[in-house]
This record gives sequence, structure tokens and C-alpha cells, in this order.
Amino acid sequence: MVTLAYLIPLFPLLAFAFLIFFGKRFGDKSAWVAIGASLLSLILSTPFVMGAVQGQIFVHHFEWLRIGSALFLFGFSIDALSAMMLFVVTVVGTLIIIYSVGYMHGDPRFSRFFAYLSLFMASMLSLVLANSLLMLYISWELVGLCSYLLIGFWFEKPSAAAASKKAFITTRVGDIALFLGMLLLFFTTGTLELRNLNHEFLAPFASQSKVLTLAGLLIFGGAVGKSAQFPLHVWLPDAMEGPTPVSALIHAATMVAAGVYLVARSFGLITFFPDALLPIATIGTITAFMAAFIALTQTDIKRVLAYSTISQLGFMIAALGLKGYGAGTFHLMTHAFFKALLFLGAGSVIHGTGTQDIREMGGLWKKMPHTTFTFLIASLAIAGVPPLSGFWSKDEILVSAYESGMPIFYYLLSITATMTAFYMFRLVFLTFFGKPRKEFHVHESPAIMTIPLWLLAIGSALVGLPGSPWMNHFFQTFIEGSHGAEHAINLFVMGISVGLGAFGIVLAWLLYLVFPAVPEKLGAIFKPLYLASNRKLWFDELYQATVIRGWYALSSALAKFDLGVIDGLVNATGIGNLRLSDIQNWIDIHIVDGAVNGVGALTRGFSSALRKIQTGFVQNYLIISFIGALMLLFFELRK
Amino acid sequence: MLNHLLSWIVFVPLAGAIVILFFPKSMTQWIKWKATALCGFNLLLGCILLAKFNPNVTDIQFLEKASWIPQIGVNYTLGVDGISLPMVFLTLLLSCLACIGSFGIKEREKEYYFLYLLLSTGMLGTFVALDLFLFYIFWEVVLVPMYFLIGIWGGPRKEYAAIKFFLYTLAGSLFMLLGILALYFYSSPHTFDMTELGKIAYSRTFQQFVFLAFFLGFAIKVPIWPFHTWLPDAHVEAPTPISVLLAGVLLKMGTYGFFRISYPILPDGARWFQPWMGVLAVTGIIYGGFVSLAQQDFKKMIAYSSVSHMGFVLLGLAAFTQDGLNGALLQMFNHGTITGGLFLLVGVLYDRAHSRDLNGFGGLGVKMTVYSGILIFFSLASLGLPGLSGFVSEFLCLLGTFQVYRWFAVLACIGIILAATYLLYMIQRVLLGPLNPKWSSLPDINRREIFTLVPLMIFILAVGVYPKFILEYMAPALTALLAKLNGIPF
Repeated sequence: MVTLAYLIPLFPLLAFAFLIFFGKRFGDKSAWVAIGASLLSLILSTPFVMGAVQGQIFVHHFEWLRIGSALFLFGFSIDALSAMMLFVVTVVGTLIIIYSVGYMHGDPRFSRFFAYLSLFMASMLSLVLANSLLMLYISWELVGLCSYLLIGFWFEKPSAAAASKKAFITTRVGDIALFLGMLLLFFTTGTLELRNLNHEFLAPFASQSKVLTLAGLLIFGGAVGKSAQFPLHVWLPDAMEGPTPVSALIHAATMVAAGVYLVARSFGLITFFPDALLPIATIGTITAFMAAFIALTQTDIKRVLAYSTISQLGFMIAALGLKGYGAGTFHLMTHAFFKALLFLGAGSVIHGTGTQDIREMGGLWKKMPHTTFTFLIASLAIAGVPPLSGFWSKDEILVSAYESGMPIFYYLLSITATMTAFYMFRLVFLTFFGKPRKEFHVHESPAIMTIPLWLLAIGSALVGLPGSPWMNHFFQTFIEGSHGAEHAINLFVMGISVGLGAFGIVLAWLLYLVFPAVPEKLGAIFKPLYLASNRKLWFDELYQATVIRGWYALSSALAKFDLGVIDGLVNATGIGNLRLSDIQNWIDIHIVDGAVNGVGALTRGFSSALRKIQTGFVQNYLIISFIGALMLLFFELRK
Repeated sequence: MLNHLLSWIVFVPLAGAIVILFFPKSMTQWIKWKATALCGFNLLLGCILLAKFNPNVTDIQFLEKASWIPQIGVNYTLGVDGISLPMVFLTLLLSCLACIGSFGIKEREKEYYFLYLLLSTGMLGTFVALDLFLFYIFWEVVLVPMYFLIGIWGGPRKEYAAIKFFLYTLAGSLFMLLGILALYFYSSPHTFDMTELGKIAYSRTFQQFVFLAFFLGFAIKVPIWPFHTWLPDAHVEAPTPISVLLAGVLLKMGTYGFFRISYPILPDGARWFQPWMGVLAVTGIIYGGFVSLAQQDFKKMIAYSSVSHMGFVLLGLAAFTQDGLNGALLQMFNHGTITGGLFLLVGVLYDRAHSRDLNGFGGLGVKMTVYSGILIFFSLASLGLPGLSGFVSEFLCLLGTFQVYRWFAVLACIGIILAATYLLYMIQRVLLGPLNPKWSSLPDINRREIFTLVPLMIFILAVGVYPKFILEYMAPALTALLAKLNGIPF
């Protein structure tokens, strides 16, 4: 019965194969294949999730490859962490696929969209279930492929085509780090099985701490790419070129969280060699702070959410780096719900208005009540308003930071939390409230889109409760297992966090509803700061001017070198040989052959000269004989 | 027939070529189908070979030995083991598919198919010959038809490309001939038999010199950086099916030489040269990738990507580990299927647009949906996407190298990023963006063309998902080779 788990990713994979070959014939009906497959995965994973909640671990594997002594096992292992991810991916994924039916309605490549979504579900599920780092890596690359295909889904747009390439290549830089980390781990410990990354197993390798710390950091490098952490975060905002359900599923709820999942999976490794922890916490905190700062002034609804995602992922990474295992994974789960909801709400707005610019929106709440209300719930959740889900998980992270003994992390993350509340409600007020700034024929989205919104809204409100003191921190005890720590409520941190969140919301209300002229003035006063935020800290320009330009310059320089120098040498050798043979040819013609011909010519010359005397007339011969006789006589007489 | 299966496989194309000579030029349809049927039949023989091959035996199988020129000790010796079998099969597969791909050739068909079949015999012979004299003959037999196939049916600069290819390779094979003669005169009694030569203990200096001689011959064929510049020219000018064979099979003859001759016969020479192999491999991987990125010509881009990908073969060879050798041999097979497919795809586009200028396309994904799907598939395989075959072999090569030359493996990873860069850049320029109105009437890929690509796709997917089935054929022979390299009597 345990082997049934193989079917969880298999159903979406079959749906993909079916849709890519026959999808076009089924038109709009093809979406139901994808939904059906996703639902089947959801149903099939229920018993495993339930079992994991009761403390069971499901493991199964087979031999994939064996080279000499190197053995690679593939299969699955379902423990608390993968069960949580399984729950998130199947539930959120299914809802988003249902929503897409409405969003993608009428698209000429409708069936292909659902084929790609199915492939994504299959890869993401196998990533979550993977028993070994190698299998995880393979799925990791495959979700990256799906991300590439879906960002560039509307590839006729040059910006979408460029964004998809950027996403793939930027994340691949991180993937190489992960790959090398994997090799280091394999050659040091001899295993890639994720279950082995625990303190008991690693104990004999304590002397290898330098190498294994490096391995941990390299594995974290994979997460930096995938989870869009500083300095590789630049691909995620551009990834918003993809259709909005894709942004919700891949670039908010699941795939980008895979990096966090990876770090959580290797938590045993990085805590056993704890030198890696500080860099991880630092990167996470920088990312969280920086992205929130950029989000403050963005005007594209999806870009605000994209930077918000980067920032929240930074929170999770920071939590893990600060040993807040339960906090980071908890936030991963709650974030998946409310951020998916935010993106789907944004999609509904884009679907209704046809624009993504929040400066053109305003007052949409009258016409889009369902969208507005669900969006509001999600915004409250991310802003950390109790008792919604985001409050509990963010509070856990702040507690981890507070208790880490390094106050700088706590301060920065608290400021970030304030900024989060502010930019989210700036978005809410500009989009849904105030006066309409532009006339749209706005309509509320169809039920197939609003029902998933409501279901996610319920999720966003409630998934935090298992981690709350009301349920005795059930989630943390479940997920932490061996990493467990005591859970006490820190009322001080909680109070501050509520206060800061409320402050951010009120500030946004004052600036964008009560005194709408003020933000512009503020922007003019703090111009450098405003520009820094609005221009995204010039990361794209910096990379363009340095790395990318250098890369292409090197490429064309080497191409010129190849043509000019290496091939030039080859051709020069060839031409040199030709010249040499020309010289030899000349020598041959003029000297060697000349000598031969010369001998001939000489002979001919002599013979023609001598022929002159052979006239055939007897009198001539007589004269010659006579002269000869005279000469003989003359020489004889001289003696 | 089964007793002489290898002889059949090698000489069926030659017999067919001779028969074609007796038919009038005008019967082009007949000649075309006959050549295709022969290649198909030969592939079938290859399948029988595969089925009868015992993967657990490390020795040579299907051995055929007959005295040929007894005065100088030349024998007609054929045989396969786990190293040559995948190459023989790859050659048979690609010969068959490229033959179907040749239906676009519309001039002087009789001569074309005659030379094509002759080429086929040469390639197959090279991979099964176990006598150095015979090996050399087959090696040179490949050159002649290739010269004419590029020089007659090629593009605008065909004469230049053909002569460059011919002279460059010939220069290389002269060094190889020197090496062969050196081995011959060292042995006593004088022999050309590879197995016999492998049992002799040569002095270290002798091994180094002879290794270098063979290295030059093989390096030009692979081609190893910096001997690679004939390749882009030959590829750009060669007609599509010939490019497929050139990239798919001919390049493998070079690396096969290391597996068959340099490594087992001259293990000390190989050990001595090991670090340089690594350096050249890494240089080729990175250099080929960067130069590929700068290309405007579709075929040239893939030609340079071959330099980069063949670098991984070399890297695996340089590792002297089990993972490395397995990875190298598997990479040879995978590069054949992947790059062969890519060249077929360039041909599909060229037949329609008569252009290979990457900057001149754009947005073809809108019109040619099936074509773009297949092109993306092969590109992903080439850039080493897990789940497809290229990943497995590059992974094994890196795994093998990482144990020995950690930094070489790290540097080679740049090649993986580069592969993503140049291939996705190509996809962006050809398939994505707004449709260039110039190409709005291009028809999508047709059934015949799809038929030539599907078998390759099946292999790419199968090897990528479950590589064990093909590695089981290779591994035992490579274990024996490695033991020999490490000086352990096997």
C-alpha cells in the first residue's frame, strides 16, 4: 500500500503527457484532465498526510543507478515536513488550477497551459516526496523548466521571452552551487539520502567540519537561486510576465518556497556544522528588508506582490538561519495560502480592469466585492493581524530573532514587518478604495474564479491556528520532532509585532486615503530614497553593466580569437604550405627541371651546331678533311 | 550469418554501394529506397547483436579472426565489447535516420548514396576492428567519402571546408600511423593485434611518445581544443544528414580511440598525460560554450556546442575513475543522439527558410508549434536538463572528476551555465518574440522529419529516466579497462 505514494506525482505526469499530445482536440475540456489529476493526487496524499500527523514515516526506494561503489537510490520518504508540503502543494495547487479555467478562458493555447501546470504539479510533488538529494535536484530542475515554460507562456511578447530566459539562467547559477554542494556531501559522507542528514548520522564526520560547512552553504546557494534571495533575487519580479495563476502557484506558493524546503530538509546538516547558520540568517534578513523597501514604491500590482514574496521568503530563510525550524516552515505554509490568494485576487483585478497599474485603479470594491473582501483577508494575514494565519507564523519568526541573542536581526525584521503592513495596505487602499481614477467596465470575475478565492481566504484565516497557543502549538511539535524546543508565548514580542503592524496599516490609511497628496511630496523630499526604492536599488542595471556585459564581451572576444588566432594559425599553416610548395614549384621548374631541361637544351644546341657540318656534300667533307690534315700538320711541325 | 554477424554489419552497406553502381542514374527513387532499406536492415542486425550480446562478460564478443597478410602479421580481426557496442548501435541508428533525412538531396543521388553507404562501412569498421592495420584502413576509408560528400553536396564554401577537413584529419592520422608503426616494431613477433599489443610492458618514455602520436590523431578527430576549427567549417558547409553523421559518429571515433587504443595499450602514457587531458577538457568546455554563444549561424552554434560537450567526454576520460569512464562513454552516446537531432532540426528549418541566420528568425513558435516543441526538447537535453540523457552523462563525468580534480569539476560547471545561455538564447531568437512576417508562410515539420527524430527522442528520454539499462552494457568492460589503467592485472 505504501507504494501508492508513487502515484501521487504520476497522475499529473500522465495528465501532462495526455494534454501535450491530445489537448488541442479537447479544447476547453482539457482543463478538467489537469484538475482531475490534481484532485486524485490530493485524495491519494490524504492518508499519507494523516499518517504523518500521527507520527508515521513512509519510506520506499529502488536502485536507480549503481556505478562501482556509488549507489543512487530513488523513491520517497514522507515525514512531517514533506507531509506539510504535500498538503500545501496539492490543496493550493488544485485551487489555482481550478481558478485558471476562468482566467485562461479563450486563450489560444489553453490546453497547453494546463499541460504545463500538470507537469509542474508532477515535478513539484516529486520534489516534495524525494528521498534523496539527487532526486530532489532532478525535480528541482524540472520545476525550473516549468517555470521557464510558463513565464514565457505568452512568448510573443519579447519581455516575456526575455524574462523566462533570465529566470532559468539566474536560478541555474544557484543550481550549480547546489550541485557542487551535493557532490561534496556525497564524497564526504557517502550518502545523498535526505533522511541521513541528522545529527546521529553526521556524528562520525565531525572532523570534516570545514568541508561539510561548505557543503551546507553550497546547498543553501541553491535556495538562494530558487527562493530568489539576495543577490540572485532579480529574476522573480520579471517572472511576473507569466499568467497570474502561474505567479500564484509557482512564484508565490510552491516553487519559490522549495528553496526554504531544501534548507529545512538540510537543517540537520547546517545545525550540526553551525558555522553556516549566520550567513543564512544574514542573507535572509537582507533579502526580507531590501525587498520590502523596494515594494514600498512599486506601482505594478504584481510587482508589489513579487517583492513582497521575496521579502517573505527572506523571513523564512532568516528564521531557519536563526534556528527557528518550526517558525520558518510554519510561515512557509501560511504564506502559501495568503500569497496565493493575493496573487489570484490581483489576477481577478487584472482580469476585470485590463491593467496592472495601481495608479489607474481605485474604488474597485463596489464592483468586485468578492475579490475585495478576500484580498483584504489575505492582506490582514500578511500584515500580521491576529488571529489570521500570518500573525502566528510571523510572530514565531520574530520570537526566534528576539531569542537569537543578536538583536540586529530582531530590529531589522521588525522594521520589515512594519513595511510589509504598510505596502500591503497601500496596495489595498489604492486598488479597492478611494475614488476611481480611471473609467473601466469592471466586472466581478466568474464563480470558477471567486470560489477558489473564498476557499483560500478560509485557509488564510485558519491555517495559522494549529500553530497558535490555542491549539497548544500543535503544528510546531508535529513538524519539529527531533528539532523540537520548548514553546512559550513571548507576550512582549507579540505586543510589539501587533503594534507595528497596526502602525503600518494606519500610516497607509493616512497617506493614501486621508491625505492622498502627501506621498508625492514625501517622495520629492526624500528623493534619493524614493528613487532607490522605485528603481529596485539598480540591481538590474548593475548586473547588466557588469556580469552580463562581461559575459557577452568574453564570448565575442573568444569568438574573434577563435576565428583570428586559432583558425588563423590553421589557415596560415595551410597557406604557408601552399607558399612553400609555390617556392618548391619555382625551384622545381627553374632549377631542378631547369637543370634537366638545360642538359637537354645543351645537347640539342650542340647537336644542332654539329648538324650544320653534316651537309651531305662530298666537297664539304673534303674541305673539312683537308683543313684537319692542315691542322695536324701545323701542330706536328710546331714540335 | 550469426557467426559472422559483425562482418555482415560492416559490409552490408559496402555491398549495397557496389550494387548501386550498376543501376542507372535515373532510377533515383529506387536507389534512395534501397539505401534506406539497407540501413534499416543493418539496424535490425544491430538489434540482433544487442540481443545476443552478453553484458556480464568483459571479454571481446563476436570475435572473428582470419589471417589476411601473413607476411607482415596482419589479421582480419573484428569483435565488440561493452565499449564498442554502444558506438556500433549509435552508428547504425544514426545512419538509418540520416538516410531518411537524405531524401531532401535532389542532385546526383546515385553518387550520393554510393558514398553514403561507403561512409557507413568505414564508420562501422572503425568501431569493430581489433587489428591496428585494419583499424587504420577503416579510419581512412571514412575520410574519402566524407570529403566528397561535403565537397559536392555542400554549401557555398564547400571546397574550402572539404579540403580543410580532409587535410587536417589526414595530418592527424599520419601521426597515428607513426604510433601504429612504433607499436608494431616494438612488439615481437611483430603484430598489429590490439589485444596482443595490450599485453606488452612498454617502457615509460616509449609510452609517452606513442601516446602523444595517437593523441594528435584522435585530438583532431574529436576535436579537442585547439584542434577544433575544421569542425565549424565542415558543419556549416556539409548537407544536413552528413552533419548528423559528422557530429553523431565521426567525432566519437576520436574519443573511442582513447578507450580502445591509447588507454589500454599505453596506460603509463595515459597516466602521464592525465592532467593535461583535464586541462584541455575544461578549456574546451568553457571555450566552446563562450564561442557558441557568440555565433549568428545556427549550425555553427551547434558545432561549437559540440566542442563544449565533447569536452565532457574528455573530462570523464581524464578522471580515471569508474564514474568518469562510464560518464564519458555515455556522453559519447548521448551527444550522438542529442546533437544528431539538433542538426536534423537545423536542416528542417534550412530546407524551408534557406537561412540559418539566428538573428533573422523570431516568433516561429506561433507558426511551427510541433517543430518548436521538438526543438525545445532537444535543446533541453543538450543543456543537461535532468530527466533527459545529457544530464546523466554529464553528472557522471563531473562525479568522476570531482574525486580527482575538484577544481576542474567546478570550472566545468561554468560550461553547464553556458549551455543554458547559448541554447536558451537560440530559442529566444528563433522561436520566441513576435513572428517575423517574412516567415509567416513556413509549413510545420512534416511526418517524415518527425519520423527521423522520434527514435532519438525515445532514447534521450529513456536514458535520462532510467540510465541503468544502457550502463549495464558498458560498466563491466569499463571496470576491466580501469583495472588495467591502475596496473592491476585483470
